[in-house]
Amino acid sequence: MRRSLSVALKALLRSACSLVALACCSASPALAALDAGAVSQLASEDSEEKIAAIRRLAETGDPAAVRVLQALEADALQVAGGKVVLLDGGRVLDAATGQEIATPLEDPEGITVNNRVRRVLAGALAGLRLVDPDRRVRLAAAEELAAGPRPDAAPLLARALQEESDRQIRPLLALALAQANLTSPDPAVRLSAVKALGASSHPAVERLLARLLDEGAEPDAAVRSEARSSLRSVQLRVTAGDILARVFSGLSLGSILLLVALGLAITYGVMGVINMAHGELLMIGAYASYGMQVLFARWFPRALDWYVLAAIPVAFAAAALAGALIERAVIRHLYGRPLETLLATWGLSLLLIQSARVVFGAQNVGVGNPSWMSGGVEIVAGAVLPWNRIVIVGFSLAVLALVWFLLNRTRLGMFVRAVTQNRAMAGCVGVPTGRLDTLAFALGAGMAGLGGVALSQIANVGPDMGQAYIVDSFMVVVLGGVGQLAGAVGAALGLGVVTKFLEGWAGAVIAKILVLVFVIAFIQKRPQGLFALKGRLADD
Amino acid sequence: MRRRTITTLMGSALATAALCLPVAGRAEGKTIKVGVLHSLSGTMAISETALKDVALMTIEEINASGGVMGKKLEPVVVDPASNWPLFAEKARQLLTQDKVAAVFGCWTSVSRKSVLPVFKELNGVLFYPVQYEGEELERNVFYTGAAPNQQAIPAVEYLMSEEGGGAKRFFLLGTDYVYPRTTNKILRAFLRSKGVVEKDIAEIYTPFGHSDYQTIVADIKKFALGGRTAVISTINGDSNVPFYKELGNAGLKATEVPVVAFSVGEEELRGIDARPLVGHLAAWNYFMSLKNPSNDAFIKKYRAYARKKGLANAGKVVTNDPMEATYVGIHMWKQAVEKAKSTAPDKVIAAMSGQTYQAPSGFLLKMDETNHHLHKPVFIGEIRPDGQFNVVWKTKAPIRAQPWSPFVAGNEGKQSM
Repeated sequence: MRRSLSVALKALLRSACSLVALACCSASPALAALDAGAVSQLASEDSEEKIAAIRRLAETGDPAAVRVLQALEADALQVAGGKVVLLDGGRVLDAATGQEIATPLEDPEGITVNNRVRRVLAGALAGLRLVDPDRRVRLAAAEELAAGPRPDAAPLLARALQEESDRQIRPLLALALAQANLTSPDPAVRLSAVKALGASSHPAVERLLARLLDEGAEPDAAVRSEARSSLRSVQLRVTAGDILARVFSGLSLGSILLLVALGLAITYGVMGVINMAHGELLMIGAYASYGMQVLFARWFPRALDWYVLAAIPVAFAAAALAGALIERAVIRHLYGRPLETLLATWGLSLLLIQSARVVFGAQNVGVGNPSWMSGGVEIVAGAVLPWNRIVIVGFSLAVLALVWFLLNRTRLGMFVRAVTQNRAMAGCVGVPTGRLDTLAFALGAGMAGLGGVALSQIANVGPDMGQAYIVDSFMVVVLGGVGQLAGAVGAALGLGVVTKFLEGWAGAVIAKILVLVFVIAFIQKRPQGLFALKGRLADD
Repeated sequence: MRRRTITTLMGSALATAALCLPVAGRAEGKTIKVGVLHSLSGTMAISETALKDVALMTIEEINASGGVMGKKLEPVVVDPASNWPLFAEKARQLLTQDKVAAVFGCWTSVSRKSVLPVFKELNGVLFYPVQYEGEELERNVFYTGAAPNQQAIPAVEYLMSEEGGGAKRFFLLGTDYVYPRTTNKILRAFLRSKGVVEKDIAEIYTPFGHSDYQTIVADIKKFALGGRTAVISTINGDSNVPFYKELGNAGLKATEVPVVAFSVGEEELRGIDARPLVGHLAAWNYFMSLKNPSNDAFIKKYRAYARKKGLANAGKVVTNDPMEATYVGIHMWKQAVEKAKSTAPDKVIAAMSGQTYQAPSGFLLKMDETNHHLHKPVFIGEIRPDGQFNVVWKTKAPIRAQPWSPFVAGNEGKQSM
């Protein structure tokens, strides 16, 4: 496999040279006739023949061959009536001659490629694409070549590196060149390659260097010792990247738990109400963002990417309204009777789940990520942070800031804090506790709605989705203690990070069990939670 | 005074109800009732709702062509809501209250295991249309889905072959219940028999409904650095959606680390953007993209049914392997009833042996005489950008099922009923 790859790349070098020459000399769009045999072999059932045909065509360096190969990659190559044809926009061209075919095709069948063929195709095209004027094409080609050592691509890469000025592509080309030079016969070249690789943070490089430590693989002692020190710095960087990625995923889980539990912390703190319908308030927020997506798709399709921003106030309002209604209709009448409140809110949660089933259907509904939230950013080679989670972490920090501002810098917040600390005394000094209850509950429910918007971007949206988060929200509130935001924040982030680290060590199921056991044990020792209110409280 | 009025009222209400009840159950003679036992809500609804729709379509089709033995079929649809004990309750309700002649249902192996005691006790007949882990052979069940040697083993063999990528390391990822655990046990024994060492096999499980696959995808990437890796996914239900989304976000391409799933078909891919997933695989005994006359007719019939009933997105409904198996199972049951001239379970069970049907997969499927399983062809497909599958490997003819895997110790003598 390696040998045939090096043969192919030697050929690519030649083809790249000829390509450059051709590009300089002629700008004619007319396509010369290709080797018809190779083109028709592309339609063969056997993958070996397809691969051989791809290599033969790549070797020629002919722009027509490149066009055919690119069409094969894009699923635009078909075989009809024994001839291989290329679909170009609306036109149908004969792949071998480049002539347009006017008559309609009889029974066209697409030429399919499987993973193995696709790999060879990508490698063949990557070498040819290193000199493409489009930056994105060059970047993709550089990534492809940096993914593994390709010794014979060295001169090709060296020349591309000289001409490349893009900041993202240069390091990839340097990495690919260093990997290619690792098997050079000249020890000086190998030494400089090993030194260059010391700056990498790619886990694959770690393995490459580790292999060089063995005397059998690397005869030169200087190269071996340089490899050792490079390996150490690469390992450091890789481990750091690993830990960073894990901490990030813990923070992202923590930010979701925070969003989910913040509302509960407020309502529980203010009213001492155990709200079992909290998960359903999340669901209302999630369905609100689904509704916004449908609305935007119908009336503002060009702005579809921004439906999430519109969903935020709508979800808050919908959930807050639901919360106010719940408080007025049910919870107000059960003040001071925690068990009855528990039961009543649990019944409410069933009611809300069934209403969602009736209105939206029992199945999950599809909520798509907008394009600016799809994909990820690569911090360390191999560790990708997804954009949707980065945005959610930012969003939860913004919500936290908003809640802090609300609680500490507004009149409403002052009343909420007063009632949390001592309801009777606050009532005595003139705080309208009745109205405040409704407002506080609506605020908590609105927070849950915002949490639902965040959840809609990463989890499935269905009538039952709230049930999966109710236990987690209660864990955060119980662990964090009531009355201070710091409690909820600390507990949420702490639980998120701990869960993710345990997950990596013992698996998802065990991690959840261990976290639950930990919370139970913690509550035994410290029932008031992490950050509890200090002072003389009438309720204590 | 008030208490007496209430008691009198309640008494008369109960009496009226008691009078009505016997009448409600006595519609026999005109129709034959069949039960449809699939989750229409909860984590499995994404997969099972379509099976209910196909079952109803098939029953309508049979009724339109005259019914069974001249009587129309009456479907009784219940929703066990992805709740395994509720499956058993609903099965009992179907068999005792509704007195159905046969039940078409279940997807997860845990739901099937939950209803088995009910079918054995009440001597009912269950048609189970989904691929599963084997290690079971019940007189009251007909398995129209694939056993491991008709799906899992050929898929892993393909991945190990050069054509499939020449995988040397295997990451076994599944939902935490009996089907993935048993299948992975079988696959481990199979891989060991092919010379794969322990350190080249990783096994991870997530609970039903799990949606956070960040760390797991990162672990897959790290595992893949040790050599050509393939992921074998037995994740079930709507957890597949966040898993595939995470694969797409993390940029894990199928040309580097192919993921073959055994419980993901056209229906599960309907809700995801399949473009980042091109090249990932699934192994089934049927794909919607197969080109043959019986499949064209099947798809056309289902699309027309979806439009008629106003199903969501009726123009874009897809068909998949368990739907085809449901369709084949109901037709085979009809043939068995007509052969036995009775819906009595014992007679139908005997008459099912050797039944054949020209299936949408293009092959003539036969219900084996001795092991209650179908002979099925095997197809391996790669995901296309439109959510359909390109067949990249297939068997020439249907292969017989081996419900007792030869890779599990102690199965030597157990092959037939």
